[in-house]
Amino acid sequence: MIKTEPYTINIGPQHPSAHGGLRAETIMDGEDVLDVIVHLGYVHRSVEKIAESRTYAQFVPYTSRLDYLASHLPTLGYVQAVEKLLGITVPERAEYIRVIVAELSRIASHLIFAGSLAIDLGATTGMIYCYRDRERILDMFEMSSGQRLIASYMRIGGVSHDLPDSFYPAVESFLKDLPAMVSEYHGLLSGNEILQARCQGVGVLSADEAIAYGVTGPNLRACGVAYDIRREDPYGIYDRFEFDIPVGGSGDSWDRYIVRIKEIEQSGRIIAQALRDMPTGDYQAKVPRIIKPQAGREVYHRIESSKGELGYHIVSNGTDKPHRVHVRAPSFVNLMALPLVSRGGKLQDIITNIATLDPVLGESDR
Amino acid sequence: METIFINIEEFLTSWMVGMGLAQPWADLIITILQWTIIVLIITVNTIVLVWMERKVSGFIQERIGPNRLGPFGAFQTIADTLKLLTKEDIVPARADKLIFKTAPMFFIIVSVMLYAVLPLGNNMAVVDLNVGLFYFISLASLSTICLLMAGWGSNNKWSLLGAMRSVAQMISYEIPLVFSLLGVVMIAGSLNLTDIVTAQNRVWFIILQPVAFIIYFIAATAELNRGPFDMPEAEQELTAGAYTEYTGMRWALFFLAEYTNLVAVSVLAATLFLGGGHGPWLPSWLWIIIKTYLIMLVFMWTKWTFPRIRMDHLLSFSWKVLIPVSLANILVTGAGIELFRWMGW
Repeated sequence: MIKTEPYTINIGPQHPSAHGGLRAETIMDGEDVLDVIVHLGYVHRSVEKIAESRTYAQFVPYTSRLDYLASHLPTLGYVQAVEKLLGITVPERAEYIRVIVAELSRIASHLIFAGSLAIDLGATTGMIYCYRDRERILDMFEMSSGQRLIASYMRIGGVSHDLPDSFYPAVESFLKDLPAMVSEYHGLLSGNEILQARCQGVGVLSADEAIAYGVTGPNLRACGVAYDIRREDPYGIYDRFEFDIPVGGSGDSWDRYIVRIKEIEQSGRIIAQALRDMPTGDYQAKVPRIIKPQAGREVYHRIESSKGELGYHIVSNGTDKPHRVHVRAPSFVNLMALPLVSRGGKLQDIITNIATLDPVLGESDR
Repeated sequence: METIFINIEEFLTSWMVGMGLAQPWADLIITILQWTIIVLIITVNTIVLVWMERKVSGFIQERIGPNRLGPFGAFQTIADTLKLLTKEDIVPARADKLIFKTAPMFFIIVSVMLYAVLPLGNNMAVVDLNVGLFYFISLASLSTICLLMAGWGSNNKWSLLGAMRSVAQMISYEIPLVFSLLGVVMIAGSLNLTDIVTAQNRVWFIILQPVAFIIYFIAATAELNRGPFDMPEAEQELTAGAYTEYTGMRWALFFLAEYTNLVAVSVLAATLFLGGGHGPWLPSWLWIIIKTYLIMLVFMWTKWTFPRIRMDHLLSFSWKVLIPVSLANILVTGAGIELFRWMGW
C-alpha cells in the first residue's frame, strides 16, 4: 500500500537563507507547504532588560545593535524618545545631519534587502552589485562616526560629531550615481524573467490582512496602503521635505521588492533637500550630564524605520536609569505574517517570502 | 601537428609488437593508456576549470577572484584540493552506508565513461561506436541515479528533496535534449559522432539547426544541474541538496564529476553543432579545445547571471515550451530535408 504523509522540515536556525537565526518549522506535502510555524529567540540578548541597568545615555549603543543593517534608525528612534521625555530641543543642524544619515541608513538597508533577495533566489551577482553600492554608504558612516556598521552616531540632544568636510563630496557623488545604480538593479534583477516569475503572485498579503496583522513599513505599502510615519506623524523635521510614498498594488513579493527600490530613490531626494537646506550651527544641544526624568513619566515615540514602525516606550522612575524600555520592533510583527503568506505555496516560495518580508533577527529577537 | 597523437599511438603499438608482444595485448595496453590519459586530462582540466570559473565569476561580479597563490591565483584550486584531501570523511550514523559511500564513485565513473565516444579531434575517439550519440545520451541520464543514491543514502530530508528534484528534472529535460539532437541526426544520417563531424565539412549544424542548439543548451544546463537549473543542489533552499551530508573527498568527487559532465556536454555541443574539429589553420584537436572552452564560458556566464528558477516553473517550461518547440523543429527539419532532395541539391 503506497501512501503519502506530510513531513516537517526545519528551515533554520542554521540555514543559508535564515537571515540570522530564524527558524521556520515547515510542514510540507512534497514540495507544497501546508503550514509554517515561526520560532524566534535564537539571537535574544535581553536588550530591553539591559536598558533597566544602564543610564539613558549608556543605552544608546545597544540600540544600534537592534537593526544592525540600518543602525542609525533604531538609535534615532531611541534618542528622540528620550528627548521627548526630557523636552529637549535639538539644534537645527543636528536635525539635518540626523535626516541625512538616517536616510542613508534606509538606502543601505534596502540595498541589503535587494542583495539578499537576489542571493536567496540564487543570483549571486545581484547581491554583489547591491553590496558594492552599500559599501560607499558604509564609507560615509566611517567618515562621520568612525564606525561602519553599528555607528552609535546619535546622542541625546544631537549627534556625536559634526560631519567632516570629506563627507559632502562623498554623499554628493553617491547621489549623482544613484539613478545609474537603480537602473542597474532594474537591468540585472527586476528585468530578469526568472526573478519576476519567482516573485510575482508569490506571498500575497492583502491590505486587510496586513493591517490586521500589524504589518508596517514597505511591506504594508506594497499592499497599496500609503502609510508612512514620516508623513502621517512627522518626527524630527520630516515635515519640511518633499517626497513621494511609493505604493504597490497586489501585495506580493514583487511589489515588496519594487516598493523598496522606489524608496531608495525617494530617500535620495530627501538627502538632496537636506544637504541643500542644511544650516550651520551647533550639532549638540545642552543636555544635563546626569539625565533624571521626573518619576512616573512615560513616553511612546515611533519612527519609520526601514522595516516599518519602530516604537520606543520608555517609563522613568526618577532615577538615572529607565524603569522600563519596550521596543516595538517592526521585524517581529512583520515576521508573524510569514505563515499567512507562505501557506499553499512551494518550498522555494518560503525563501522568497522570508527575503521580501525583510526581517532583521537582531531586532525581532532583541 | 594534425595527426601527432595518432602517430604516437601507432608508433607505440608497432614498437610493442616489434618487441614481441602479441597484437591483442598491445591493443589492450594502448586502451589502458588512453583511459589513463583521459582521466588525467579530466583531473587537470577540472583544476583549470575551477580556476576559470572563479575568475569568470569574479569578472562578472566586479571582483578580482583568487590572486594570492601562484600567478593569477592559479594554484588556488590545488590548495583547495589538498584541503579536501585532508578533511575528515564523515558518514552519518543513520545513513545507508553502502549506498552513501558508493554514490560518488558511480557518479564519477559514469561521467568518465562519457568520454569513450567523444571525438577529441579527427579520428581521435577512444571507441568509434556506430551508435555513439545513443551511448552518450543513455549514460548521461544514469548520473541522476547516482544523485538519487546520494539523496536516499544520506537519510536526510534536504538530501532526499534534492534527489527527488533531480529525478523530476531529468525526466522532463531528457526528452527535449534527445529531440533537439534528432534534427542533427536526421541531417547527418548517422548516430556515429565521427560521421556527424564529417557531415559538417561544408556548413556547421548550428546554422542549419539554430533552434535545436538553443534547446540543447537549455536542456543540457538542466542535465548538468548548473544554474539557473541547479535544483538538486539549490544552496539557498536545500542547504546543499543531495550533497548535504558529504564531506571531504566524497564531496569533491561529486564536484569533479559535475565538471567532467560539463566538459563532456560542451565537447558534444562542439561536435554536433560547431563542426567538431573543423576549422582553418589549427589542428583539429586544438579547435575542439577552443570551441569547448567557448561553450563552457557561455555556461558559466549563464550561471553567474541568472537567479534559480522555481521547480514547478522548470517542469512546466520543459513540457509546455521546450518539448513542443523541439517536436516542431523535427517536423521542419524533415520537411526541409525533403524539400532539398526535391530541389536536387
